[in-house]
Amino acid sequence: MTTADTPAGKLHAGGWAKARRSPVIVIGVLLAILAIIAVAAATIGAAGIPFHRLMAAVGLGVGDPDLIARDRLVLWSIRLPRIVLASMVGALLAAAGAIMQGLFRNPLADPALVGVSSGGALAATSTIVIGDRLGWPLPFELLPIAAFVGALSATSALYSIATRESRTSAAIFLLGGLAIAALANAGIGLLVFVADDRQLRDITFWMLGSLGGATWPKTLAIAPFAAALIVAVPLIARGLDLLVLGEAEAFHMGVEVERLKRYAILLVSAITGAAVAVAGVIGFVGIVVPHLLRLMIGPGHRLLLPASVVLGAILMVGADTGARMLAAPAEVPIGILTAAIGAPFFLAILLRQRSVANL
Amino acid sequence: MTAALAASSMTVRVGAKTLLDQVTLVIAPGETIALVGPNGAGKSTLLRVLAGEIAPQAGTVALRGRPLKSYSARTLALHRAMLSQHTTVAFPFTVADVVRMGAGDRGGTDALVASALAEVDLTAFGERIITTLSGGEQQRAHFARVLVQLACGEAIHGPGLLMLDEPTASLDLRHQLDLLEATRRRRARGVTIVAVLHDLNLAALFGDRIVVLDRGRIVADGAPADIITDAMLEQVFGVTGAIGRVPSPGLPFVLPHAMARMKQHLQVAAPMSPRP
Repeated sequence: MTTADTPAGKLHAGGWAKARRSPVIVIGVLLAILAIIAVAAATIGAAGIPFHRLMAAVGLGVGDPDLIARDRLVLWSIRLPRIVLASMVGALLAAAGAIMQGLFRNPLADPALVGVSSGGALAATSTIVIGDRLGWPLPFELLPIAAFVGALSATSALYSIATRESRTSAAIFLLGGLAIAALANAGIGLLVFVADDRQLRDITFWMLGSLGGATWPKTLAIAPFAAALIVAVPLIARGLDLLVLGEAEAFHMGVEVERLKRYAILLVSAITGAAVAVAGVIGFVGIVVPHLLRLMIGPGHRLLLPASVVLGAILMVGADTGARMLAAPAEVPIGILTAAIGAPFFLAILLRQRSVANL
Repeated sequence: MTAALAASSMTVRVGAKTLLDQVTLVIAPGETIALVGPNGAGKSTLLRVLAGEIAPQAGTVALRGRPLKSYSARTLALHRAMLSQHTTVAFPFTVADVVRMGAGDRGGTDALVASALAEVDLTAFGERIITTLSGGEQQRAHFARVLVQLACGEAIHGPGLLMLDEPTASLDLRHQLDLLEATRRRRARGVTIVAVLHDLNLAALFGDRIVVLDRGRIVADGAPADIITDAMLEQVFGVTGAIGRVPSPGLPFVLPHAMARMKQHLQVAAPMSPRP
């Protein structure tokens, strides 16, 4: 007898219940939505490219050759790198949130909230300011590495603060994260104090978060991190599922817990660092995306992680397009937009948690 | 015959505190052992060491003749399954999801999951979110998960080792007996069982052998009838009681009535009397 034979099982085992647990359907639907959003985002902007011209520009229609050449230029050098970068940043941040939540067994974990992004931003801004001061401006490719080191320091510190005798306290975790974020922000404040005007503009970019400076080189610089994420997801998903029961139980069920934790911390730091290096601190994506998905497809990491990657990309491309449209021709920094949407969301989860668990 | 588990002169310290002191324990395949002792005696620590979760500072533990350390977590999970005292689930998994976790990434476990759910009387709860269940129901779900893990290991390496840390603590009378029955069925198949139990009467019913721990040392080890004595109760638990015999199997039972060491103190503190 399977559970579906029982009366309670039957109620839930309809087409919808099956479809929402099927990886092919969930990922397929999400990818289709991503494609639609990406096309819409490509048409919208200061130099608008209506859909029929977009088709012409990619060789699927006819039109004025001059217009096509202009559209191609806009598309290739402005619109596309930005959409691709937004997708990758959203995917990295959402996955970082989902992995961190699994690792810390806490649905409120978000790299930006608990200081991991700030750690990355501090390391990256230090690289800019100190490099300039010393007279050797550092190449851009170094920034993801600096941000990774900063994010890794913050994550490791947070882990050793919050975990004691293999138990992680939710309250200590959030408060410890708050302290790490405050410390990193103090460091950034200090850099603001000593920075010149041009550096100041750069630092503001880190702190508010923006995809405005999207270029192909930046996109390429973080592509290896996105690839690493996609390779790592199937390797850590089962372990994260069992970790849900606690570290001791995960070990009893055959997970090499210390190794899993080490890989997960490295991965979260690397992908958060990469996202911060090209887009600054963008908060709440890592909370909103996995939470929505848990409600829709359940908490199993084998589906949650890949789905977070795609939904993160969808939300970031959507939010970035919103940021470009809201105050056009000016741009609202995207970090402000995600915080404005994400913070009430965070509060809602917190209040729900309060009624379920004794937080 | 190779012992299912053999621990020799094992010592575990945390800081300045010695939790286990030179513990030596050999468990034969198919044996059922109840670990008893007062709070803080080191019962859970002993179980965690035997499960490979904690490495002792001194001494060795061997599982089926091989040092415990030489097993990978994955292989170890196929030889022994353990139920902890409290398990909290961090995300809204269903009961069936949690029970299926016992099978790791093996597929085709629907029948196994369903029979484990039936065995713990949770068949109708399979699709419920586990955190919405009561403490006792959650504990039964975790027991079902452990049974699934044990069955998966048994299919590969033969009957394994079942370790239970106070499995009955939050269960009602009927489900305590259910759990006892489930362990007896495993024992009949050759599964070796080690359980930490608080209830001495349950321990007498449960084990071929009772091992008594006190302050990190094994102070008694033997058949229930030889272990549950007035002297042991007074010496280890500081309790005097009436020890009787269950008529048919002849097992001892304990009816505690006073604390041996504190008797005088209790008299001074005035016995509780009903309010007028």
